[in-house]
Amino acid sequence: MSATIETIATVEALEGKYEAGFITDIESDMAPKGLSEDIIRFISEKKGEPQWMLDSRLKAYRHWLTMPEPTWAKVDFPPIDYQDAYYYAAPKNVKKLQSLDEVDPKLLETYKKLGIPLREQEILAGVAVDAVFDSVSVVTTFREKLHEAGVIFCSISEAIQLYPDLIKKYMGSVVPYTDNKHACLNAACFTDGTFVYIPEGVRCPMELSTYFRINEAKTGQFERTVIVAEKGSYVSYLEGCTAPKRDENQLHAAVVELVAMDDAEIKYSTVQNWYPGDENGVGGIYNFVTKRGICKGKRSKISWTQVETGSAITWKYPSCVLLGDDSVGEFYSVALTNNYQQADTGTKMIHIGKNTRSRIISKGISAGKSDNTYRGLVRIAAKAEGARNYTQCDSLLIGDKCGAHTVPYIENRNPTAMLEHEATTSKISDDALFYCRQRGIPEEEALTLIVNGFCREVLQHLPMEFAVEAQKLVAISLEGSVG
Amino acid sequence: MLKIENLHATVADREVLKGVNLEIPAGQVHAIMGPNGSGKSTLSYVLAGRDDYEITQGKITFMGEDITEMEPEDRAALGLFLAFQYPIEIPGVTTTTFLKTAINAIRKKRGEAEIDPAAFLKLQKEKMTQLNMSPEMVKRGVNVGFSGGEKKRNEVLQLAMLQPKMAVLDETDSGLDIDALKIVADGVNALRGAERSFLVITHYQRLLDYIKPDVVHVLANGRITATGGPELALELEKNGYAAYYDEKAA
Repeated sequence: MSATIETIATVEALEGKYEAGFITDIESDMAPKGLSEDIIRFISEKKGEPQWMLDSRLKAYRHWLTMPEPTWAKVDFPPIDYQDAYYYAAPKNVKKLQSLDEVDPKLLETYKKLGIPLREQEILAGVAVDAVFDSVSVVTTFREKLHEAGVIFCSISEAIQLYPDLIKKYMGSVVPYTDNKHACLNAACFTDGTFVYIPEGVRCPMELSTYFRINEAKTGQFERTVIVAEKGSYVSYLEGCTAPKRDENQLHAAVVELVAMDDAEIKYSTVQNWYPGDENGVGGIYNFVTKRGICKGKRSKISWTQVETGSAITWKYPSCVLLGDDSVGEFYSVALTNNYQQADTGTKMIHIGKNTRSRIISKGISAGKSDNTYRGLVRIAAKAEGARNYTQCDSLLIGDKCGAHTVPYIENRNPTAMLEHEATTSKISDDALFYCRQRGIPEEEALTLIVNGFCREVLQHLPMEFAVEAQKLVAISLEGSVG
Repeated sequence: MLKIENLHATVADREVLKGVNLEIPAGQVHAIMGPNGSGKSTLSYVLAGRDDYEITQGKITFMGEDITEMEPEDRAALGLFLAFQYPIEIPGVTTTTFLKTAINAIRKKRGEAEIDPAAFLKLQKEKMTQLNMSPEMVKRGVNVGFSGGEKKRNEVLQLAMLQPKMAVLDETDSGLDIDALKIVADGVNALRGAERSFLVITHYQRLLDYIKPDVVHVLANGRITATGGPELALELEKNGYAAYYDEKAA
């Protein structure tokens, strides 16, 4: 059985409420609770970082203390007690592993339950997995094959050691530590993440994939990802998230930075399935993510595709800065909220270069008592001659206790720009459900079918395995929302 | 096969069906004709089990089972099919996906294995050729952007694919030109057989020129007020419904 088929089979076998709700019992090497300069020094020392990295963290931390919380999003939660969380946890006995055989069997078991056939992926599928378990990269596969192509795909901690010049040049170049409070916190205490570097003219020979997983109770997860695509290169990166079931709210503040040079293309796909909290809104992840890419070079292209079904609160705006002339930015999004989930998500397309183009397709689905907001900015700078944007925002409501909101901001400083915005809001109709049921399709399955149809334009931009997983996630996330 | 006894039903607290009695044996085609507002569409929805239609009295038996309180999907699994007067659009879900999902849902309920994907596609292609449908139509969202005639044809395609025991055709002729009407009628006629029954609901006699009924009923004011052979339809066409209003119920 090929890994792709197995992945699909495993995902299809996913039934029941929250499949990822289990906790692996691996001893953690934890820093004490709370955040201070000492904790940041502890993290930096644990990771054996050079002085410049520690200095950069401390600078961010000191700035963070002065920053206000962003309050403009349509989300509601009590103030976060930053001193009541852990900022560093690593599976014990971490040493450099040469192969998967050296990986803790319990960890492999965890991946198996999640439906990630790591072994099969390594052997058959041609997908290199940089598996992040809590905060430290445990295993990186396919390094050699990528190495042959000149591609760097490693944990950010390793990159700091091995490629300090690249890290100094690019980390913080797209999302500076001063950007917002959550990104600043990440700059101060990020624990790990991924670094990808595609050299000039190289088409990355495989899709790169990282699975993140929060495993320690009350551990903040601060991932840092930097992807650089040099001239004429191409890379497709997949990020998938699942988290075990927990009662406490967990803070997740990741930062992702993408840099595309002339004629380079970066495709970044996410399936986000952090624990959303229970039916009564207890628990769940706070997902405060800053994702931004810069199309630095001419004719470069950055494409974000996301399926957001998890987290108690999602605050996320994957954005493109279209600096190079003729560069292209795309954003395809499905955000699904149920029960008491809150999502405020969208994108920013900043057109600076001439003839830059962007396309935004957003599908929001609200069920239960949830609130789902699309918030997007399209900005055309004065010099962006001939810029074009197409935006389509569709909202689907299930039931009568949820909310859907669309907040598009458009700032245009160039009269030659062409902007289109379309928005629809609809309710799943009893007619459509009855039609499906008359044909023999049970109500929940009918709902899933209709919702997946609604999302199709976005799902088809995902790689095959992800598309199947995403459809299953939609089904799981909608459970209990009818009848 | 289908037996309706003293059926009373309300829609939004208004009684629409006021004691319908009807029995359709296996292999027969019955037609129900009646003026606007007589309860024809209500009867079709009540048979299919739609939520907003409340049965206040009476009983429906289908394939030997009391289905009066049964869920719509369970009735479908038993072999009941309703061709809608106004077929619903489902964006992003192709007719192929929709039909395969439906067939497998019904098979699952009956404890049967899923349909072989290749056999499914072959059958679908065959049925589409019979209905003179372009292969592109099943690759589009269900009924999305279809003309009235295309929607009706798509209903008959679903009927042909699901192969129910009993099909209720709710004003399948409305919105069809004469060529489309012939194609749809041919599709239905091809499905007639000793084990399959039809209830054809229509406003006009025209459809019955192409789908020959065994029995014709008149539904007026929520009751069956007359029953006869095909000649009854011709008479109605000539003289109208006035003579068949049920004075007691009015």
